[in-house]
This record gives sequence, C-alpha cells and structure tokens, in this order.
Amino acid sequence: MAGLPRFLAGRLIKAIVILFAIVVINFLLVHAAPGDPAMVMAGEAGAADPKFVEQLRQQFGLDRPLLEQLATYVSHVATGDLGFSYRQQQSVWDLLLARLPATLVLTLTAFVFALVVGIVLGTLAAVRAGSVSDSAITVLALLAYATPIYWVGLMLMLLFSVQLGWLPAFGYETVGGGLSGFARMIDIGEHLLLPALTLGMFYMAVYARMTRASILEVRDMDFVKTARAKGLSHGAVVVRHVLRNAILPVITVAGVQAGHLIGGSILIETVFAWPGLGRLAFEAVLQRDYQVLLGIFFISSVMVIVFNILTDLIYSLVDPRIDLAR
Amino acid sequence: MNAVAVSSSSAPSPVTAFPNRQPLLDVRGLSIALPPSADRELAVDALTFTLNPNEILCVVGESGSGKSMTAHAVMGLLPVPSVRVAAGALLFKGNNVLTMSEPEQRALRGGRIAMVFQEPMTALNPLMRVGDQVEESLRIHTDLDRTARKARVIELFAQVGLPNPAELVRSYPFRLSGGQRQRVMIALALACEPDVLIADEPTTALDVTTQKQILDLIRSIQAERQMGVMFITHDFGVVAEIAHRVAVMRHGKLVEIGTADEVLNRPSHPYTRQLIASVPHAMGDRPPFTPSGEPLLLAEGLHKTFHVGGGLFKKGKEVTAGKNISLTIHPGETVGLVGESGSGKSTLGRSVMGLMKPDSGRLLYKGTDLLSLDRRAFRPFRREIQMVFQDPYASLNPRRMVGEIIAQGPIAFGEAPAQAMARASDLLAMVGLDASAAKRFPHEFSGGQRQRISIARALAMGPSLLIADEPVSALDVSVQAQVLALLDDIRHRLNLSMLFITHDLRVASRVCDTIAVMQRGSIVEMGPAAEVFGNPQHPYTQSLIDAIPGRGWEIPADLSHGEGVSA
Repeated sequence: MAGLPRFLAGRLIKAIVILFAIVVINFLLVHAAPGDPAMVMAGEAGAADPKFVEQLRQQFGLDRPLLEQLATYVSHVATGDLGFSYRQQQSVWDLLLARLPATLVLTLTAFVFALVVGIVLGTLAAVRAGSVSDSAITVLALLAYATPIYWVGLMLMLLFSVQLGWLPAFGYETVGGGLSGFARMIDIGEHLLLPALTLGMFYMAVYARMTRASILEVRDMDFVKTARAKGLSHGAVVVRHVLRNAILPVITVAGVQAGHLIGGSILIETVFAWPGLGRLAFEAVLQRDYQVLLGIFFISSVMVIVFNILTDLIYSLVDPRIDLAR
Repeated sequence: MNAVAVSSSSAPSPVTAFPNRQPLLDVRGLSIALPPSADRELAVDALTFTLNPNEILCVVGESGSGKSMTAHAVMGLLPVPSVRVAAGALLFKGNNVLTMSEPEQRALRGGRIAMVFQEPMTALNPLMRVGDQVEESLRIHTDLDRTARKARVIELFAQVGLPNPAELVRSYPFRLSGGQRQRVMIALALACEPDVLIADEPTTALDVTTQKQILDLIRSIQAERQMGVMFITHDFGVVAEIAHRVAVMRHGKLVEIGTADEVLNRPSHPYTRQLIASVPHAMGDRPPFTPSGEPLLLAEGLHKTFHVGGGLFKKGKEVTAGKNISLTIHPGETVGLVGESGSGKSTLGRSVMGLMKPDSGRLLYKGTDLLSLDRRAFRPFRREIQMVFQDPYASLNPRRMVGEIIAQGPIAFGEAPAQAMARASDLLAMVGLDASAAKRFPHEFSGGQRQRISIARALAMGPSLLIADEPVSALDVSVQAQVLALLDDIRHRLNLSMLFITHDLRVASRVCDTIAVMQRGSIVEMGPAAEVFGNPQHPYTQSLIDAIPGRGWEIPADLSHGEGVSA
C-alpha cells in the first residue's frame, strides 16, 4: 500500500477541481431556473410592489451582475462559508449540519441493507439456479425493481403502521418521548425501519440481480474447476472462490449508486416526514431558497466524491490486480 | 530410419506392464452421455483402458474426441446433470469412484488424484495469493498445522523450479508468467503426493521453450515419485517427448492403444496414421525460392514502443515491441515471422495493415511509404493488403451470411453487389467449400471451415499481400494440415506474397520460404527456411529449434509426405 498517500493526494486534487466545477454549474443552473426568491418572499409577505422587491434584491445582492454573484459565492464556498438562508434566518452550514445525521443514518442503513440482502439473495438464487427459490427471488427482485419507491413506502406504511400498528409511520423519533441513551436508539431504530427498507428495496433488487448474473458467469471459470479439483466442498468453492470474484462488479455499481441514494432519499424523507437533507431540499425548492439548495448540492457532491474514493479503496483491497499507485 | 527416441534427455526407462500389480486406474466400458441438444448422444463411448503406477499414458485425440471428458469423469468434475456417466465403471485402486459418496470422492480429488489444466492464465483464482491456493489443498487433505503447511508450500514451489519460493508464495497470479503459473498448478497438484496425476493439455497454451521446461518437469517428477500420469494432448510431438504408452481416441471411442514405440513408429489404425501424417513437418520437396523483381514490401528500421500504465501523477513503463525491424517480402514469397509471445511479431503485421503506427522507420509497399499516408490515402492499399486472423470463431460477424461477409469488402469498394456475390461463390469453391455455404451463417461451420471462409474473405479483395496472423493456431492438427495446404496452394495459384506470423516453428517450416526469428522486438535471424532450420546461427533460434517437442522422433517414412489426409 505504498501508493496510498500518493493516491489520496491525487484524488484530493481531482476532487477539488470537480467540486469547483460543480459549484459553478450548480450556481448557474439554479439561477437559470425561472422564479426569484425576492419575488416569492415579497409575494408571501403580501407586499409585491416593485419597490419592496427591489429592496429585497439589493439586500440579498441579487441586483448585481450574475458573474459577480458567482465570484462572491465561489470565494465564500472556498473559505467554508455556504451562505445564509434568509428564509430560515440561519446559516446554511447550521441548517445542513442539523439535517445531515438523519440523512446519513437513513441512507447508510438503506445501503447496507440493500448490499447485504441483495448479495445474499443473489447468491442463493445463483446457487440454486433454475429452482423454485431462484424463481421466487427473481420475481421478488423484479417487483422491487419495477415498483415506484414512494408507492412502496406508502403501502408499507399502510400495512405496518396503520393496519398492524407495529411501527411508527413517520418522523425520526417519538416527539416528546423524553427518551435517552439506548432507549432512544431503539426508538430511532423503529422509526428508521420503514423508510430504510423502502429506500433500500430498489437497490437491493439491483444487487441481487447483479450478484446472481455475476455468480453464474464466474461459476464456469477455470479457477473454479481448479478449486473443485482440490476436493473443496461445494459451499467452500462458492464462498471462497466464486463469491469473492463475483462481487467485484457489484462493488463497482454499488459505489456509483451510493451517491444516488441521497437523491432517492428526497422522496422517502418527504413520504415519511424524515427530518433530513432530502426534505430540506424539497422545502428549499418550493421556497426558492437558493443558498440552502446550493449548500445541499454541495454536500451531496462531496458525499458522492467521498463514496467514489472509498469504492476505489475497497476495490483495491478486494482485487490485488488494482494498483492504486497507477 | 524410424528412430525410437521416445524421450530425449533425462530418459525414464519405458515401463513394461506390471502383471502382478493392480492398475491405479481401471476404466471399464465408460460411457458419458451428452445433453439431448448435443450433436451426438455419447461424448465417450464404452471406453476401456488402464493406467499403471509409474507410467505416463498419453491420451491423444482432436477436439471432441472425449479425452477431456474422460479426465473430468475421473475427477468427478463433469457438469452434471447435463453431462453424466451413462454406463461403465471407473476403478481407482480397485474401488469404483462412480459409486462412492461425495465426501469419499472429495478425499480422492486433489488428494489421491490431482489434475493440471490447459490454461494456466485462468486456472488460478486471481484474488488469492498463489501460496494460499496451494495451502488450501493441504488444509483439506492433511493434518499439518499452519506452519508446517506454509513450509511445505515453499518446499513444493522449490521442487517445481519456481524462483525465490519464499517470496513467490505471497504473490498474486497476475504477477506470474504463464509458465510460472503452470508450475504453481503443478505444485498444487503434487501437494498431497497423489498417486495419479491427470494433465489436460498442460503445455498447449505455453510458448515452445516454456513447454519444454514443463514437459521436463512433469517427466522428472513422475519418475521420482513413480506416479501414474494420464497426459492428455493433441500433439504427437509432445507424445513422442513424454509417453510410455499411448491411447488414441476419436469421437469418444478408443481406436488404438499401445506402447509409445508401437503407436508412434508403427501405427496400425488409419486414424492414427492420418493424425501422424498431419503433424507439421518440413516438406522436403519444396523448391528453394528465388526472389525476382522489385520487393513488394520493404520495412526499414521500424521502432515501436508501448507505454504501459502511467497516469496523471506517474510515469508508465515502456515496452519495446519493435526495435529496428527491417524485412523484405518479394512477390510470391512467404515470409514466416516466428517468435514467442511478447516478441513483437504481431507489431509488424499490424503496422502493415495500418492498425498501428510505428514510432519511426519506413514501410514501403510498391515504393509508397505506408506510414506517411493518412486514412484516406491509405484506403486504396486496403484492397492490396488483406489479413487472416487467428481465431476463426471471433473474426466472422455472426449475424451475417457467409456470402455477404465475403462480398462486403468488394461492394464497399464499388463492385456491383450481384457480381460480388457471384465472385463469393467462386471463392468458396476455391477454398474447398460448397457454393451453398454463401447462404449460411458462420456458426454452422467448424473451425477449419470458418478459417477457409476467412481466407475467401481476404481473397475477395484481390490482394497482393496476405498477412496471416497465427491462422492455424486454433485448429486441430489434421485441420491445420488442410488449411496450411490450402494457403500454400492458393498463394502459388495467385502468386500471392504472404507474411505468415506464427509461434510454431513446425508450422512455419511447412509453408515459409524465408524465416525471420523475433526475440524481444528484434529480428535476431533471417534467411531461407532450409538454412534457418538446418543451420541456425543465433543461440535463440537454436533454443527454439531444440524446444520443438518430439525432435528425436521421425515420422514413419510412409506417412511423411502429408498425403492421404482427408477430413
């Protein structure tokens, strides 16, 4: 792993370049969209006369040329200042930091669930290819793959919260429950279960299908024959030789999709009233809260980049042929 | 003149029968059934033979003869249920392997009976250290503790001649060359001191000098441990090098079995005779080639360096594929470019085709420097220079009918479709195929037939120069002989020049007028074929010729003219 520091340094430089591009493009895109926060605010205040709007514009710097606004924004971001939300009367950083943990808990849980269950189901299906359990898993995966996730969320909510009453229907934790320590974690866990399941379902299906296909391909490779010729049992051949090789493409795809999960969480957080970044984004869009929106874009870009670097690192651990120094 | 030099160096004494000892393997009436969709019912049909301790039995046959299936059945590696043993018994030291429980079979597999496969590049798990892969076998079959197992693996690596074993055990397969990987496979097979070693074409994928080393290794280890070795091959040169006894299989049936001397020097079955006649050997009656007229192709001082790896922050490695390559091809001449993998022999062919641009040098075709042309200016030369590729399974578009494949090039150059299709039929006849082939798809043909189609496709353009890159390497030996004869015939009839790229000196000796031997990007020796083979000057050429398997064996005189060969 002599190449690790060099690899990380290289990726860091690339990441900064990419982030700069993302900040600029996002800024321009947001400003290209119709609607102006000053108009919206003035409209809400019931005082949409041009003078007031002009005053708001001046206050927020919206009257300056776009390039100047861009330069100001970029220089602020470079110093770690993501701006101030006049709607919420809070700095964007504080808003993001308050919402980030909830989103991370939700997306990571969904991701781990999707990966573990997907790989296990895919393996079972592949090992018994052509059997009833294979067909059942394939159909299940197809359903999870094809069903819109918000609908799945609503149905799960109906079943487990409304009909059966087993799990809470929305929120991050029981409001006013006064719980702390372990009891609070259990409470959060109960709230987490349905949204995480809903969010992870689609990805679980993707990983199950990929794992199955990949195992069926690897299973016929020469080194698997070598492993069998050693006298290894069927299970040992699958776990030690087939699965390790079959999982490589799944890791690649999972790494790319880990970033997508944040996008997916916007819907889920809205359906389950989960107080995370996704819902913040939803609200910010409705309110034309540019600063918050840009902050969310920025944070999710950072997360995608971090996930990609992590994927490369994991890949190099699993596959010795990948030389990070190259 | 039939020398019985069955084995050249470190000769193990040919083993006679062991009347008082039980055979290691006793195969009785073995039949292996194929799935209903296959082209025949049985892959192996009532096969009976024995393998004795301390002998090497070569099982010879072409693809589809059932020789690998038999080995897989012994190892319990048949892809059941689609392929299964339909009848017969497989006795290992008197016990029927087929009726054993799965755990009993597993104890045999890798323990008492071990196997080495054909393709060393893919036979090892790419994600596991090679030492661990060998150790895994010791863990299953022995009581050794971890330390003892590690020590044993290092010992095994040393025995199979791997360099620096204590460090090599920690390498991953991709760091090792093909020959080294095959040594690892052999170490793996030997780990538990098996009674029977099954080697399924273990040297087919290797370069000729590496092949010699691996054959020597198998032979010496066999003699030392007095193992029974079932050695599967299609190459009678290899048979002559290593076999004590020989079994010849065709279409799943045993056609002939006997001692190496009997089968190699006095083959009785017509099929054996045909196979031996097909073994590539220099045609003594080839008239020496006298160049006339201006050279067709003149390569001068070609250089090509590849940059491997590298990126934003690191400089890559440089690999020299061509170093000052100069070579001349006259009209009607066949120049053989011979070398081992990585010697750069494909570089020249690809440069002439315009598929690759050398870094420097000149490449004159009828006086025009091809390297100075841009894409448009090069286009007329595409007609003149055509290529036949190595893999007939990958080089024909599977979605096109054969006639279209052949006519496509001429049509692209403006020939009327009807005329081009008519010519395609003529060309099919010329390469020995029925005109009806034009309306069929490539998958309906065998490998040899597809290579004929590839040749017809190349000829359709009316080329002056044919570049054949390993055109027979993927073919069975009897088919190989036919395709070589076809190429030789066509180039005489059409007065074609040919650049014939091959790793197989025996093949080169059969069709080439001039031989150029390449090593590490340079041509180390070049001259008339008879001289290069008869009196090699460069040490590398000598080592290549020494490594040709079965050099001590001369094909029986009545078979040495390569005639009487039919499909």
